[in-house]
Amino acid sequence: MEVSSQEKVIATLQEKYGDEVLHVETPYNFLTVTLKKEKIVEIVRYFYDHQDLHYQYLTTLGGIHYPDLKQIAVFYQLHNLYTNQRIRLKIYLPEENPVTETITSVFAGANWMERETYDFYGVIFEGHPNLKRILNVEEMIMFPMRKEFPLEDQTRDDKNDSMFGR
Amino acid sequence: MTMDENDFLIDLPSAEEKQYTTLNLGPTHPATHGIFQNVLTMDGEVIVHAEPTIGYIHRAFEKLAERRPYNQITPLTDRMNYCSSPINNIGWHMTVEKLLGTEIPKRVQYLRVIIMELARITDHLVCNAVIGVDTGALTGFVYLFQQRELVYEIYEEICGARLTTNIGRIGGFERDFSQKAWDKINSFLKNFPAVLKEFESLLSRNRIFMDRTIGAGGITVERALNYSFSGPNLRAAGLDYDVRVANPYSSYEDFDFVIPVGKNVDVYDRFMVRQEEMWQSLSIIKQAIAKLPEGPFHAQVPEFYLPPKQDVYNDMEALIYHFKIVMGETDVPKGEVYHCVEGGNGELGFYLISDGGRTPYRLQFRRPCFIYYQAYPEMIKGSMLSDAILTMSSMNVIAGELDA
Repeated sequence: MEVSSQEKVIATLQEKYGDEVLHVETPYNFLTVTLKKEKIVEIVRYFYDHQDLHYQYLTTLGGIHYPDLKQIAVFYQLHNLYTNQRIRLKIYLPEENPVTETITSVFAGANWMERETYDFYGVIFEGHPNLKRILNVEEMIMFPMRKEFPLEDQTRDDKNDSMFGR
Repeated sequence: MTMDENDFLIDLPSAEEKQYTTLNLGPTHPATHGIFQNVLTMDGEVIVHAEPTIGYIHRAFEKLAERRPYNQITPLTDRMNYCSSPINNIGWHMTVEKLLGTEIPKRVQYLRVIIMELARITDHLVCNAVIGVDTGALTGFVYLFQQRELVYEIYEEICGARLTTNIGRIGGFERDFSQKAWDKINSFLKNFPAVLKEFESLLSRNRIFMDRTIGAGGITVERALNYSFSGPNLRAAGLDYDVRVANPYSSYEDFDFVIPVGKNVDVYDRFMVRQEEMWQSLSIIKQAIAKLPEGPFHAQVPEFYLPPKQDVYNDMEALIYHFKIVMGETDVPKGEVYHCVEGGNGELGFYLISDGGRTPYRLQFRRPCFIYYQAYPEMIKGSMLSDAILTMSSMNVIAGELDA
């Protein structure tokens, strides 16, 4: 995506939701906007309906855990298929109580992606039609993609990774 | 005793006392081609409601990837869409190369295109052959699987493995294609078109096949987009989105090919789109071979590309790199990058966040199967059970990619 069109997208966003934008960056030429968590659904809806932006394709959605910040980020990757522009929106939620609104009202395809994010990170998507675990067993009590969840059985002593493992 | 139509009508229960049957389709069922379950609520033979359950072969690849050095993640990608694992492997290599900012030699890019298009052919070939089986035509299946075997022999010649290929390395290929590999590719290119043509004439204008597939398992293009469909399934719905054209990677812009699109959005269109894509893939391979430039078969990335063995024994630097790669001790720069390739089933994306360590901080796979399979209940609602089976096989749901 060219720089001028990226600026145009940001200007359109600033115009309506200037207070919501926390940070704008373009790592590897991919427009990434960090937003305040409150109005994310409204902004996704705004992008969807806007006559010039047409972000009507949800490429992917997921979570990232930052234990140092005690936060869980949720990223939304949208795609404008008319002009082939992509944008990534990020919101940060507190680790203890990660709650946000669902975007299934805008994208039907967000349904399983949000369930997966709930399954792995415990992010609660309010208003989701069927928010339950999808890939793991329903009896599971942990959220396995959080950084504190150990990859291997901690009771094993036959594997010593202290020299090379992280 | 004779009965007219009215006698049956009188005995029908009213809507309130209507009883539905619950049918478990799966987890292991020969018609589901993989392990996933659908709890169907049936009204006679008509599906009223479907509840898919997935996760039976979930292997936590995203979690595993957070503990593995970059070159050890390639085998994980193999096991996602195992019908076209070279595309996954190369997609992953390209993601890392993008993060590192590596310049890839033109020859490597062309060789990658050849392998990826061969993989696309095997992927579509399995899907279309299976659509044939589910409509009761086993002949084409056996006939095409023989051809898939020949492609696997090509992989074997290049990287030593067949199904889970682990092909190539970060930076290129482990060795240049041998003469035997080229012979096999050329003989495949020579013989496959006739087989594909014969398979196509077996089914595409076959009255039984057309009656079974036309109008079955439809979805409108608006719904398909809303469900984030991609790949042949989206194109069969009538939208020409193809990552190879929209965001060209690995020199796809050098080749001339057509994106086939469907019109009626049914099983038949998905079959025909895949069929045409195989022809286009053949044409791309031929163009790539014709234009194949000379040059090295790997880029200069000593931190990631294993040095030749004789150098390891004689050269200090090579020994150090060898040790660092094998022990996974190479740090990569900090950054976040998204790279997508056109996989067998659609946009296969890798969202990689590196914190500067030797393993990814977070790696998210955008798995096309996982995303479009959620539309399945909507697509089969109100249709017959046999059409539901057909819809599933025409969507090409691969359990490995679904669950990751």
